Amino acid sequence: MNGLHAILALKGIIKRELWRFLLQRERFVAALVRPLVWLFVFAAGFRSTLGIAIIPPYETYILYEVYITVGLIGMILFFNGMQSSLSMVYDREMGSMKTLLVTPLPRWFLLMGKLMAGTFVSILQAYVFLLIAWFYDIHAPWHGYITLFPALVLAGLMLGALGMLLSSFINQLENFAGVMNFVIFPMFFMSTALYPLWKIKESSELLFTLASYNPFSQAVELLRFALYGQFNLYAFSYTFMAFIVFMALAVWGYNPSKGMMVKKGGGPS
Amino acid sequence: MKHYFIVIALLLSSTTGSADTLFVTLEKDNAVAIVDGETGQLLNTVPVGQRPRGVAFGKDKTLLYIATSDDDTIQILDTQTLKVVGALPSGDDPELFKIHPNGQWLYVSNEDGNRVTVIDLSNQKAIAEIAVGVEPEGIAISGDGKWVANTSETTNMVHWIDPAEQKVKANTLVDPRPRAAEFSIDGESLFVSSEIAGSLSRLDVASKQVVDTMFFEIAGVDKALVQPVGVLAHPNNEMLFVALGPANRVAVVDIKTMSVIKYLLVGQRVWNLAFSPDMQRLYTTNGVSNDISIIELADLKVTKSVRVGPYPWGLAVK
Repeated sequence: MNGLHAILALKGIIKRELWRFLLQRERFVAALVRPLVWLFVFAAGFRSTLGIAIIPPYETYILYEVYITVGLIGMILFFNGMQSSLSMVYDREMGSMKTLLVTPLPRWFLLMGKLMAGTFVSILQAYVFLLIAWFYDIHAPWHGYITLFPALVLAGLMLGALGMLLSSFINQLENFAGVMNFVIFPMFFMSTALYPLWKIKESSELLFTLASYNPFSQAVELLRFALYGQFNLYAFSYTFMAFIVFMALAVWGYNPSKGMMVKKGGGPS
Repeated sequence: MKHYFIVIALLLSSTTGSADTLFVTLEKDNAVAIVDGETGQLLNTVPVGQRPRGVAFGKDKTLLYIATSDDDTIQILDTQTLKVVGALPSGDDPELFKIHPNGQWLYVSNEDGNRVTVIDLSNQKAIAEIAVGVEPEGIAISGDGKWVANTSETTNMVHWIDPAEQKVKANTLVDPRPRAAEFSIDGESLFVSSEIAGSLSRLDVASKQVVDTMFFEIAGVDKALVQPVGVLAHPNNEMLFVALGPANRVAVVDIKTMSVIKYLLVGQRVWNLAFSPDMQRLYTTNGVSNDISIIELADLKVTKSVRVGPYPWGLAVK
């Protein structure tokens, strides 16, 4: 792999994603509206439901909206990851995916470039969301906004890689609804984004186990600790391993000779 | 360049603050918890008499007075040796008490005895027993030492005691179940919390009349749970902190407008309040969640809640 060539290709991919983001500003706003509705409407109804147990990284009692804020950052990353996967299905249908994949560069590199571009947009949205939340009196320690950044990168890459993996299984845009019902919603609701694990355990041991092993839960916990300037080694390791697994499977899935492309007739004839 | 160092030094000193020690009475543990105010770390737990509630330091803070209600006495704890070194004749069921600015007279409400006992600290003898309403509770003493105000929970009154004569000079009817009383820093007003009414009344000291009443309302919290108890006036004479009991909040009240600036979420059933000597922090005792909450006064934020033992009730800070 020629270094200059690789940089040029990476630049091209990121530029295309950014261009797409600039052209689709509604998408940026729409992706922000979703978590904001959850924060202002959903969380408002449960305002006082927490505040009866102190769980790390919190050092005192918190309102529900403080708890859910990190989960909603996770939501931004998660839905953006899925949105990227949707756009990859679209690219494949339109043929632009083929152009990208035939570039004489390693496939993992090209997919990683796409992932990084998507994560960059997600991080921007997460910080805009935090800024709005700040005016809603949801404050984290100032240094937490800095320590959150690397956690956003890893969580964004992991969830983006999951989206990429899923996109390699989807034939047509219409099938995306299935992904919504069978992947996004269960993963989101069976996680620590909306309720802490101890609360889930109170209602069901099975749900507790599922939520504990849900990679989205661990990504949210990584973000939660990072926002309060703390490092959660378990959540980090889990999220990192999940990223490696999802990325490896996505690269395999996009391999024309071995992966899902063959089954879909997308491989070499 | 020298100025930069001074600015940095000032910034550092303002963020670190000075260390202080909290003495928290544990009502159901018959003990006093000793806590580092800055870190919230529990340093020690010292056994005292039965059902310790009200607590205050003597003038030089070497002695700590603890109302041990079920022993019908006020115990004296040496803050150096952490040993009980004596007891005061408080009368039946002592609860809240305050020490007169002269450092000599201690006024304690006897909840079951319907009176306020005055103890002379120099000879440790009761010098007066003043008959008040049913279930006396809060005690407040004006900064100039001219008035002692006592609330009676069942009679719903504030009794104005003149320390010069150790006699009740006036009574004022207030909202149901008055708990704590606190004089404003300028001495012109007396604030009284009413547990059942969910209100805070301002009384004019000169006329002894209620001149203003405010009610607390918290979105999402049942009105019946909003039960104002402990009241503490900020030395700036602009703010007042009111513990709202099972509403698990401390209300920050603007004295001028008698309106809530902010509600701070703390532990369950918040009772009593105390400032750190450097005025960096406010501490609360949370009876049901068995912890204390630490509030940074500069930005009015609860930074920590730490477990101290069963049923924390009163607190004094050194």
